[in-house]
Amino acid sequence: MEAAATLAAGGLTVTVMEKTDHLGGHLADWYHLFPDRRPGREVLQLLTKRVQEGASVLLNCDVTDIERNKEGFVIHTRQHPPVEAQALLVATGFDLFEVRKKEEYGYGIYDNIITSAELEKMLSGGQPLLTTRGTVPRRVGFVHCVGSRDAKAGNLYCSRVCCITAVKQAIEIRERLPQAEVFSFYMDLRMYGMGFEELYKEAQEKWAVNFIRGRLSEAFENQDGTLMLKVEDTLTARPLRMNVDLLVLMAGMVPSAGTKEISRMLGLELEESRFIRPRDRHMSPNRTNIPGVFIAGSCTAPMSVADTIADARGAAVEIMTSPPAPLLERRGEKGVRS
Amino acid sequence: MNIEGKRVIWKDYQKEIADDRYFYARSCVRQSFFPGAEATFLRILRGELGKELHDEPYHTTCTGIAYHADVVPFDTTMTVVARQFALMTEAGYENFVPSCITSFGVYSEVLDIWERFPETEKRVRDYLKRATGRTFEKPRNLAHASDVIYKFRKEITRRAKYRLVNRFTGRPLKGVEHIGCHYAKMFPSKGVGGAEYPYVLVGMIEEWGGDVVDYPERRHCCGFGFRQYVVQANRGYSIACSKKKFESMEPYHPDFILTNCPGCPFFFDRWQYAISEMEGKTYGEDGNGIPVLTYEELAGIVLGYDPWDIGFQTHQVPVEPLLDKIGIPYDPDMKYRGRNGEDLGRPAPTNVLRFYK
Repeated sequence: MEAAATLAAGGLTVTVMEKTDHLGGHLADWYHLFPDRRPGREVLQLLTKRVQEGASVLLNCDVTDIERNKEGFVIHTRQHPPVEAQALLVATGFDLFEVRKKEEYGYGIYDNIITSAELEKMLSGGQPLLTTRGTVPRRVGFVHCVGSRDAKAGNLYCSRVCCITAVKQAIEIRERLPQAEVFSFYMDLRMYGMGFEELYKEAQEKWAVNFIRGRLSEAFENQDGTLMLKVEDTLTARPLRMNVDLLVLMAGMVPSAGTKEISRMLGLELEESRFIRPRDRHMSPNRTNIPGVFIAGSCTAPMSVADTIADARGAAVEIMTSPPAPLLERRGEKGVRS
Repeated sequence: MNIEGKRVIWKDYQKEIADDRYFYARSCVRQSFFPGAEATFLRILRGELGKELHDEPYHTTCTGIAYHADVVPFDTTMTVVARQFALMTEAGYENFVPSCITSFGVYSEVLDIWERFPETEKRVRDYLKRATGRTFEKPRNLAHASDVIYKFRKEITRRAKYRLVNRFTGRPLKGVEHIGCHYAKMFPSKGVGGAEYPYVLVGMIEEWGGDVVDYPERRHCCGFGFRQYVVQANRGYSIACSKKKFESMEPYHPDFILTNCPGCPFFFDRWQYAISEMEGKTYGEDGNGIPVLTYEELAGIVLGYDPWDIGFQTHQVPVEPLLDKIGIPYDPDMKYRGRNGEDLGRPAPTNVLRFYK
């Protein structure tokens, strides 16, 4: 969305082709953004307004084929007439790791085990936070790195945003449920961004969130519906067994189904992580092995919203300035669709 | 709990189990612990199901206990395994069925290593040839004996004389299942249902009319765990492990514990007695323990075999309460009689655990 708005502001003709019936992807489901707790809706509204001002938007697009010709590309969909473009920007985002694959955590089997995305929806809904038995949770656990940095899950990379999201959500739980104890089980806390470390400190000092360094080995349901967790506390070098009422799994990012499909159609090279490989991660992070095909956002690697917006602007500049299609020179002639 | 969630996982972990002509590799310890169990397996396979099964008298230990206790080099283990496969090949069989879970784990591990490192297989073939003059084919199919009973669970139902139903209440009997660690924890794809929610025993209990109880310490070690027991100084860990499981399952009031490993039923059975003597605590109703069964023994019950032919008189925790709930007749006077009515003597009465003559 940001790349489309920037390209349109640069005078290019832009068509945004969206698979679903609305713009915004995961942002549309996010309650508050870290670290400043800005409502996700607010950022989405700003982006939507900018896109609508300058770009055409096609919703419900199932891309069936992408042809290459001398002019660029022709994108075929099930729902709309073919779209011609001289450059393509792939911004197919990410999917959440399917947490059911971590079978030992019991998602989908035991009640009261939810994902971070589901918690975000619960927080946005404004309803009281209750267990499936209708009780107010007295203890809530967060499990970091679910599907990230996990060779068994096939994902060695860090999803980057889960640590700070867990800190933010832990604070939000404590705000909603002041009587609840919150435990966060982590390997490392990667507070890489400005304001992240401060929020982590606030979570400990102001909100008394308990951070326990150790991975969850398994979760089980007790007779009363509470969840028994087995964790290793690596700082005290002792196994830990405790009960919680609600368990939140910080689902990592994986390449989206759309990323895989479009990559296959275009013949884009992928990283070992299955994200799209940039032509040069340092100098051309938004170009691919296919001339005229550009990438932006979390189809290339896990990214925060802020990083995605910055990356999108970089991609827009790359499109406007990159050979082989001298797009910048064509401004005002035929225009560019991406 | 959402059973559908488990069914989704179970679908992902199905395995091929040969349907006839088995080379049966007995366990070192089961014949001492529960001597009727393997005999019952043979009786079911041959007598009920009409399967061809080779019971090889010359096979040896797989070295599993010694391997996991770090007293046998892995090359030795692989060569012994190669010899077992040679015996299978010489007997004209391709479907290898170990009775022991540890053996199943060892065979799975060795085959996996040979698959990944063909030069290791070549080296072991050379060792075996030089030591014994033998050569071998690898099994076409490797399945644990509990996999075989699982495969034929419906056929067993068709021949069943009893259902796992409490005749006093009309409700399904509640079973807790405990899977041997080396069944699927090393290779989840080798176990029916995978490692986290194995289905192999669940499938039997459900098929034969019972209900399965999922309890918090279901995955916890039974208390054998090799080093916990083999190293004498660690035996406190062994009984502590078993006790943790009994405490966890007790609130669910299970009618029986079902296992598929040599060590697990032994430790569940004997430690219940030990805990009753040490602490005066029993985990069943009315001073009884929770009867501990192997999968063959449970199949034998369902098929209506005489409990003493199954070998229940060798259990420390009496199985009579379970037999009574199902309504299976038994002759107490025959409990401690061997073949031809020979009197085998009586064990000393227990102090706490309810004793059945």
